[in-house]
Amino acid sequence: MTQYIIRRLLYSLPLLMGVNILTFVLFFVVNSPDDMARMQLGQKHVTGQSIANWKQQHGYDMPLLWNSDREGTKKVTDTIFYQKSVGLFLFRFGVSDSGRNIGADIKERAWPSLAVALPTLLIGLLVNICFALMMVLFRNSYLEHGGIVLCVILMSISSLFYIIGGQFFIGKVLRLVPISGYDDGLAALKFLILPVLIGVFSGIGSGVRWYRTLFLEEVEKDYVRTARAKGLSETQTLFQHVLPNAMIPILTGVVVVLPLLFMGSLIMESFFSIPGLGNYTIDAINMQDFAIVRAMVFLGSVLYVIGLLLTDISYTLVDPRVRLS
Amino acid sequence: MVVLWTDALIYLLIAVILALGLYLRGKEHIQRPLQQIGRSKIGMVSLVVLLFFVLIGLLDSVHFKPADDKKNEIISLLDDWATPLREHGEKTYSAPFATTLYSKEMMTMADGSMQWGYPRLEFGGKHLNNPETEKIPDILQKTAYGLVQGLGLTGAFMLLWYLVRQTHFERLNFIVRPELVAQGQVVPEARHGEQFNPSAKAVWVVLFIIVPLATALIHLSAYYHVFGTDKVGEDVFYQAVKSIRTGLVIGTLTTLIMLPMAIIFGILAGFFRGWVDDVIQYIYTTLNSIPSVLLIAASILMVQVYMANHEAAFTSVIVRADMRLLFLCMILGVTSWTGLCRLLRAETLKLREMEYVQAAQALGVKQGTILVRHILPNVMHIVLISVVLDFSSLVLAEAVLSYINIGVDPTSYSWGNMINGARLEMAREPIVWWSLSAAFVFMFALVLAANLFADVVQNAFDPRRSGNE
Repeated sequence: MTQYIIRRLLYSLPLLMGVNILTFVLFFVVNSPDDMARMQLGQKHVTGQSIANWKQQHGYDMPLLWNSDREGTKKVTDTIFYQKSVGLFLFRFGVSDSGRNIGADIKERAWPSLAVALPTLLIGLLVNICFALMMVLFRNSYLEHGGIVLCVILMSISSLFYIIGGQFFIGKVLRLVPISGYDDGLAALKFLILPVLIGVFSGIGSGVRWYRTLFLEEVEKDYVRTARAKGLSETQTLFQHVLPNAMIPILTGVVVVLPLLFMGSLIMESFFSIPGLGNYTIDAINMQDFAIVRAMVFLGSVLYVIGLLLTDISYTLVDPRVRLS
Repeated sequence: MVVLWTDALIYLLIAVILALGLYLRGKEHIQRPLQQIGRSKIGMVSLVVLLFFVLIGLLDSVHFKPADDKKNEIISLLDDWATPLREHGEKTYSAPFATTLYSKEMMTMADGSMQWGYPRLEFGGKHLNNPETEKIPDILQKTAYGLVQGLGLTGAFMLLWYLVRQTHFERLNFIVRPELVAQGQVVPEARHGEQFNPSAKAVWVVLFIIVPLATALIHLSAYYHVFGTDKVGEDVFYQAVKSIRTGLVIGTLTTLIMLPMAIIFGILAGFFRGWVDDVIQYIYTTLNSIPSVLLIAASILMVQVYMANHEAAFTSVIVRADMRLLFLCMILGVTSWTGLCRLLRAETLKLREMEYVQAAQALGVKQGTILVRHILPNVMHIVLISVVLDFSSLVLAEAVLSYINIGVDPTSYSWGNMINGARLEMAREPIVWWSLSAAFVFMFALVLAANLFADVVQNAFDPRRSGNE
């Protein structure tokens, strides 16, 4: 087991290197730091001097890969690639273009993100499974057909509609909770209700449909027929036999997104002005702060790789047939 | 005529679809699922709605420079037909069917005095002398006129259709099977199937709803702003209709761009295994591990920088917006091909162990031929299903991306831009709801139709689900 995990971790290194090189090419080779400086300083009337100043200020005044002016190891280390990209592997995110420490910002902002994303995921999972089970229990009835139609309709509505509609009706017309904002500690609760509610609701359509197909696949298997033949009632077979087996794909699907919860949801956080990482990313995109975007890309892929690893491990935990080798 | 990049790709897409249709015509294994789709009421109804959208999108994809115009702008056929809508701009917001502006302002009366009130709109309902009393009867009358027009149009079309079919069928039966006609065996059944086909009936019902609705809207929009006007006074109905093309382009061209990559890589990885498989798996896991929104954001930022540095290449606003739309499709394609690639790889891994592939190998058929003749046709159903399934999610994604400012160009029409522009106005009192609602309703109609159609296609083409309708 430990051996397997170590091997998987080693395997993820080339993956992260690939991500790193890809972002490096995207950010520094396709467009040179000069272009970035010009973009930041405004397009028109930019002198060469101000570009040079900007580059020096932000540490972009080096060659990309090989610095032939320096001596010894400095030939490699005094380059943009080493300074800006390799540092990410040690989680040294550096300083954003506006001068703030990215690492500290990320640490601080990960918790509000998690506070929205985790309840949304858990409640959503519970609600989706309940509805899906109900539809499977009453299969081939009007209830199920109605449920399917409802799911397709819910799926076809833009998530922006749920957010704007929810903010408008619950926040503005009914005045039950604040429309947006955030607070520290328990006071945050009243700000979290609406985003979580909307997050759960906007996921119902596709979630229920997906879980229903998983359950239906399981319901037709032989062991379920045996259970029914044994004389178990439909609810008993559903809860004691179908649910635990169908939980395998569901759980592993959830585990893969668990680490990514830290990244937060982009639109949710921006609509509800929750100071999480999603909001941070959007601000960075809008301000065209490339240093933050680069850091977030790397962080996201690290979390994804961790998610993959966790999935593999969770397979062995919930499904005894799977052995890691 | 001016052919923009996305236009060219749309024409290419249509050519590909037509060629595929011709090639597959009369192939038995394609007939069965197609017939199943044809029998499905929901499938046919959603197809009609989709085709309606596609028709509008196609009209909007034929661009030209008007001969008499000095402004050097590029317009489409749809723009040309909707010239009154395009040019009847007001000053600022006005509600649907309003005759006055949304906000009060100082206005100069006929006698030179100043007054604080709602000024009349320049174009919306300007034919009315006394809006308070005349407006509602006028709207009702114009709606009725439009509806009757549409009903008449559809009715005439239906009559024509059945006349053609009728004569066609009689001739066919008479020539091909005179003895059966004489015996009276086959004909009644064929007729019966033709005339009382439930999905055909549903299609006619939908046509009788859509066409009159469309004509009524068109007729009304000449006199009123049916969905109101937006901040700069532009007609919202026009914006929503123009956005159809953007949605369709993103939904279809993205798939068109990513399809070759996904198919080739997926099949190669599954068929050759070994290091080819390793490399391809490495590529798609790497791409997959980057959160897609961030990858899109990073790429779009780069495109923006590139465009800002090469301003000379993008002379006209529409060319610029079109280029950005194309880039967006490409980037979305790059981020979305991995899922399909993985599916195809798994299916190919399974197929290559099948007896018929092994038989072909044993008979010494070249590997390239095996790939093209035996593997490719047998994974096409996965491709088809994922294409229709992706369409609706791409249309929805466009709105979200536009909201984060990494979607289509802010100057081009799209539902995402409409929502983005209108959402801040929700705080106004009374609220400006029409822009948002129009965008959501149009988007919902397209996505719902696409989702329903995708379901039917999946049912028909997925071998695991074949048989159940």
